[in-house]
Amino acid sequence: MSEPLKLAVPRGALFGETLDVLDAAGVDTSELRGDSRSLIFETPGMTLVTMRPSDVPTYVEAGAADVGVTGKDVLLEQGDRPVYELLDLGFGRCRMVLAGRVGSNRLDESERSLRIATKYPKIAERYFESTGRQIELIEVKGSVELAPLVDLGDGIVDLVATGRTLEENELEVREEIVECTARFVANRVAHKLRAVEIDELTEKLRQAAQG
Amino acid sequence: MIHPIPPGTRDVLPEEMRELRRLEAALIEVFEGRGYGEVGTPALEYDEVLTRGGGRGDHAAYRFFDESGELLALRSEMTVPIARLVATRYAGAEPPHRFCYVAGAYQAVSPQRGEMREFLQAGVELIGAPAATGTVEVIDVLEAALDAAGLGSAVIGLGDADLYRDLLSELGLADEVRDSALARLAAHDLVGLEEELESAGVASERVQSCLALSQLRGGPEVLEQAREHDGAAVTRAIERLRDVNEALGSRQDGHRVQFDFGLMRDLGYYNGAILEVYDPAVGRVLGGGGRYDGLMKRFGLDLSAAGFALYLERVQVARVEERRRGGGAR
Repeated sequence: MSEPLKLAVPRGALFGETLDVLDAAGVDTSELRGDSRSLIFETPGMTLVTMRPSDVPTYVEAGAADVGVTGKDVLLEQGDRPVYELLDLGFGRCRMVLAGRVGSNRLDESERSLRIATKYPKIAERYFESTGRQIELIEVKGSVELAPLVDLGDGIVDLVATGRTLEENELEVREEIVECTARFVANRVAHKLRAVEIDELTEKLRQAAQG
Repeated sequence: MIHPIPPGTRDVLPEEMRELRRLEAALIEVFEGRGYGEVGTPALEYDEVLTRGGGRGDHAAYRFFDESGELLALRSEMTVPIARLVATRYAGAEPPHRFCYVAGAYQAVSPQRGEMREFLQAGVELIGAPAATGTVEVIDVLEAALDAAGLGSAVIGLGDADLYRDLLSELGLADEVRDSALARLAAHDLVGLEEELESAGVASERVQSCLALSQLRGGPEVLEQAREHDGAAVTRAIERLRDVNEALGSRQDGHRVQFDFGLMRDLGYYNGAILEVYDPAVGRVLGGGGRYDGLMKRFGLDLSAAGFALYLERVQVARVEERRRGGGAR
């Protein structure tokens, strides 16, 4: 008998709803809901590994986790990682947008290249390329809303759920790039070698996500 | 003093080198034992030769000019160089031709991914043997090679390269939409594929059929299950795979083969049967291959062909890991 299936669970914004959908699919997540500092949890028939959402593709690509849950934003930003995207789980809905300062027309400028600050350099680069505009990309790691306020960039590309953070910083959505939700992903080799288990789990998650 | 080497390259020290050499020798013994003569070709080729073979012109990653201004490239695999060799050196000889190799190849890597720019491949090319018999011979050699490498748990996934190209054309998709949908399939982005096909106006049940078909993988029973799906392309793929299954069955147990209607490889020259090698001890694909009946024609010889290549370093990792786990209980 082979080892139990390893599932990568994203901590952070997707954590709660990921546990809910796993519960509904019959995976016992009670241990993860406590205040344990452990990163790995053994449940009957499955090992749950918790990590940052942006690390999920890394673990799944290498087969350190067989399957996992992460946001479409993460998958788009790390599009060169070959993981199988099996299911749209429907929760964690948010939008990747281009935002600028309220009342400023700097983003409408077409004669010079725009300076764009973002935590998602690949998505931003691809988007502006596809719309035929040239940009100077500035990658930041933390609160990207800060950038245009102190003149680091004319606008930002960022993920927006409710839009409140933008509002509080006197920023507004100018263009919507893509809508993102949580996705169920699988390692290429595990998808082939553990087909029955992964298909069963996918089907349960599909029903749980719809129900 | 520390003198660095480029990322994605490495030194091999004696202990590992001995192991690698043993593995190479075991594989070459299998290949030679079945009539596949070992060949060597230059790591450097004219860029024009490599791009002639690949469906994707960008396949060779490292190109440069030599002292007389010729554009050269480092090979990214061995199939195209051997196609060139056969067309040049064996044009008048009676096929089939059987060759094997252990050779270094070069590919671009994404930074900090643990990928290698320079890696070893071991494989065979069977040129001038038609489908079913040729495919089965190659699978047979591959099974023997996996045994010799000590990979008792390795599985060979077998699919059909033409299936989706033809199936999507049957659905009446414009070439552009079809290629975009194929790219989604190759990346196994099922969510994106569903959106793509639906927005192209494909009927919902056909979309669901396409998605379900791509998830069909397993023993010979999936050849029956695939019949539920419509399309001449599906029927043809089933027939081809059934032929292979029958030929395999008459020979041996065929336990290593998993039929897979979702298998896609992105090297442009494949048609008909395609295969990939997996091992539970390693999260990445160990190797791949298939038929490339159109490739020799691009070099001026109309011969069918099939082959496979194993990533030697990954095979070595899998072999060590399988041994650690108590060895291929099959």
